[in-house]
Amino acid sequence: MRNVQSTLLLSELSKTGRSSVQLPPLDVPEGAWAGQVPSGLLADRPPALPELAEGDVVRHFTNLSTLNMSVDTHFYPLGSCTMKYNPKRNERLASIPGMIDLHPMQPAQTIQGLLELMYQLQKDLAEISGLPGVSLQPAAGAHGELTALMVAAAWFRKKGEKRRQVLTLDSAHGTNPASAKMAGWDTVTVKSGPNGLADLDDLRSKISSDTAVLMITNPNTLGLFEKQIAKICQWVHEAGGLVYLDGANMNAILGIARPGDFGADMMHYNPHKTFSGPHGGGGPGAGPICVRDFLEPFLPAPVVAFRDGSYYLDSDRPLSIGRVRSFFGNTGVLVRAYCYIKTLGGPGLREASDVAVLNANYLLARLSELLQVPHGNRCMHEFVASASEVKKKRGVSAMDLAKRMLDFGFHAPTVYFPLTVPEALMMEPTETESKETLDAFVEAWRSILEEPAVRLHEAPHSTRVSRPDDVLAARQPRTRWTAF
Amino acid sequence: MSYLYATEADRRAMLEAIGVESIQQLIDDQVPKELQMNRPLDIAPGVGELELTRWMQRLASRNQGAESMVCFLGGGAYDHFIPAAVDQIAARGEWYTSYTPYQAEVSQGNLQAMFEYESLVCELTGMDVSNASVYEGATAAVEAALMCLSLDAKRRRVVVSEGLHPHTRQALQTYLQWIDGTLVVVPVHDGLTDIAGWEQAIDDKTACVLVSQPSYLGSLEPVDPLVASAKKAGAQVIAVVDPISLGVLKRPGDWGADLVVAEGQPLGNPLAYGGPYLGILACRDALVRRLPGRIAGQTEDRHGNRCWVLTLQTREQHIRREKATSNICTNQGLLALRATIYLSLQGPQGLRATALQCGEKGEYLKSRIRTSKRVELAWEAPTWRECVVRDRKGQVESLLAQLRDRGMLGGIPLADWDSKWRDCFLVAVTEKRTRQEIDALVDAIDQVS
Repeated sequence: MRNVQSTLLLSELSKTGRSSVQLPPLDVPEGAWAGQVPSGLLADRPPALPELAEGDVVRHFTNLSTLNMSVDTHFYPLGSCTMKYNPKRNERLASIPGMIDLHPMQPAQTIQGLLELMYQLQKDLAEISGLPGVSLQPAAGAHGELTALMVAAAWFRKKGEKRRQVLTLDSAHGTNPASAKMAGWDTVTVKSGPNGLADLDDLRSKISSDTAVLMITNPNTLGLFEKQIAKICQWVHEAGGLVYLDGANMNAILGIARPGDFGADMMHYNPHKTFSGPHGGGGPGAGPICVRDFLEPFLPAPVVAFRDGSYYLDSDRPLSIGRVRSFFGNTGVLVRAYCYIKTLGGPGLREASDVAVLNANYLLARLSELLQVPHGNRCMHEFVASASEVKKKRGVSAMDLAKRMLDFGFHAPTVYFPLTVPEALMMEPTETESKETLDAFVEAWRSILEEPAVRLHEAPHSTRVSRPDDVLAARQPRTRWTAF
Repeated sequence: MSYLYATEADRRAMLEAIGVESIQQLIDDQVPKELQMNRPLDIAPGVGELELTRWMQRLASRNQGAESMVCFLGGGAYDHFIPAAVDQIAARGEWYTSYTPYQAEVSQGNLQAMFEYESLVCELTGMDVSNASVYEGATAAVEAALMCLSLDAKRRRVVVSEGLHPHTRQALQTYLQWIDGTLVVVPVHDGLTDIAGWEQAIDDKTACVLVSQPSYLGSLEPVDPLVASAKKAGAQVIAVVDPISLGVLKRPGDWGADLVVAEGQPLGNPLAYGGPYLGILACRDALVRRLPGRIAGQTEDRHGNRCWVLTLQTREQHIRREKATSNICTNQGLLALRATIYLSLQGPQGLRATALQCGEKGEYLKSRIRTSKRVELAWEAPTWRECVVRDRKGQVESLLAQLRDRGMLGGIPLADWDSKWRDCFLVAVTEKRTRQEIDALVDAIDQVS
């Protein structure tokens, strides 16, 4: 089945004179507007957008979509991204009138249903985290990190303390140090030990009176629970610092352990991971944060509050860090998270984490016959295998294996992350996959690992393109069509 | 209901393969017993789809949005028409259940869509390069300002006008306070940025200025003098625009902008109570290495086929960590896709017609306001789509409440932003508003007490 049209660009499909929209005839006097605008402000031609029939547009984008792997079509064990099933009911319910058509500047009395939903979501997120103060405003996980770090900075400023450092783990997401930098801190990197957990000696030696915040992911990016987390948090607290939990891996511990209980002072959720929001080809996400009660006054304004029988947006927060974006937040993503939590309920959330852990351990047990897994035979919701032995013996890299996996109809694991594992292959099956799928995935690994190296170097073989030249793209950047 | 596959038999077989008795044993291996919850979560048991649907409909019935009311609200989010094809295409699971294109071979759809988006944004704005979008309009403006601040450590001032969206001003203030940046706000006079004040505010410590065209107040600024004073001082010019307006207004690249940012919501994205939206961020070639976020670029595969990849990634946090241009991770893929589809459907004539209708209907609204006994135009600056109305009685809240009783979301009170505008509200008319609706609004304003 050839698919010719989708490989063209919109500009190449365009033909002068084609169009897809027709507005109603203008029902007010024409020309009054143009007459009052200084002519220097007007364009002398319409923008050179492509000219297409509606059918062109639909066929083009529909065909293009078939060039993507997605959760709806494929097993997508991309570690650290929690590519679980995205329930269709959430899509429908986030789009009903009374939800999708609300203007962000409507007064509170016209959106009582939505505010009730958000208020309840704040409560649920607080319950799951064990941290009572909630802001739904951040637009993504990284945005939540930055927001929480600014909350911490405001708290220290209020106390008159000048601390300069944020500690991050070498196994952490790159967003951790990048967020710290944007909030004005210096970053200090803490090493991981040979067991894959934070190196306690290194960590302890780096905690000082200059430590503002320790950022830690738990379970960490190797899928291991930091067993000494309580002690770690105690050390930071004794030094007068705060602990930030990167909530990327919350899918492992819903109803099992709470960040607030094990010592974290602040955290973000990724509702697009943990609470089943679709990833949208890169976004949208959301990054709600939860904090301890003493940090709550510093959260961005507004927050949803309840008084005298009605819900309202509380903007009267004198200690607040301010706004971190326009309007309320990524409401559409939050509505989906609410629907998910409501559907699973407390027991269902716990069961989801249980099965996420079961699926990951099953995959780990079966794959460790085939691939090296450097950090033990147990994990939480994900684990990191290494292709370094395969590379040494046969010259086949993690990337070669990942590319070949695409031919077998599976999305590749996350490769080369975390940075602490050479030739890393990070796999997160999630709870919404069957034993049959996991077994088929293992069999695909078995086949791939027996293939000749050259077959793997040139993979994938079944996709429309193979091994795009990244160096060429960076050396001669072409980031838009030209000669239109 | 947990969307699970694992039957009891599956679980037993899997546990046996692992070599443990129970899932709890797996958890005990990892999580110290004393850190485990000793009670269930205090969240009610789950419900099925029918029950959830009824519950959500009940909540929705207590909201009145732009479908059930006539919406004259703008202020950064607009009730433009969204063609069915946008919703239908974007509802394909291959789009919305995929993720960041880490594996280019199985993400060519997303990558090409990003490239198309970047191309359209460059064409609309007159810039050389666009990223694949950031969170939304205010953070796009913040990121643009941070790019400029990174150019010269001695230039720490960011100059804006009161005509810049108040949320954007607040977000700038929030971000700048931690990195020794100073936000300078120049007042508006009769709806337009005070030119003398603007010139005075810009000095050799100014990293950038943000010129909002149209402004938050709907006004069309005479941009040339605003740009000229920034250029004279060696400051970068960030244009803050509305993407629909570029169907008729001169491109910011043609009036001197070095960077362009915009709230992309008007391009085919629903109001959705403030998000998710997309932030448009584009710049001149000279600044590309400082541009944050994902960028898709064209290249060739090993067979010589044209294809697309994420490129210039050495700017980004997953490579550069604390030295990255920003902490931003992904783009707003699905919203950017919707914007791309929307612009593809509109074409040059459609976008121009939409922008013109917004202008003409806004002008008609102004002509009707001028005849009102109760309200007046706050000033006579040229506007597009939106204008500021003053209530002569100074009872904006009560006026708007009575309009709501008549089925109209009549405007956004400006009292929250500045007490000098406490008797004013902002009214927007998109191409969706009819003459009849505009007449009804002004008639109702004159009828209420």
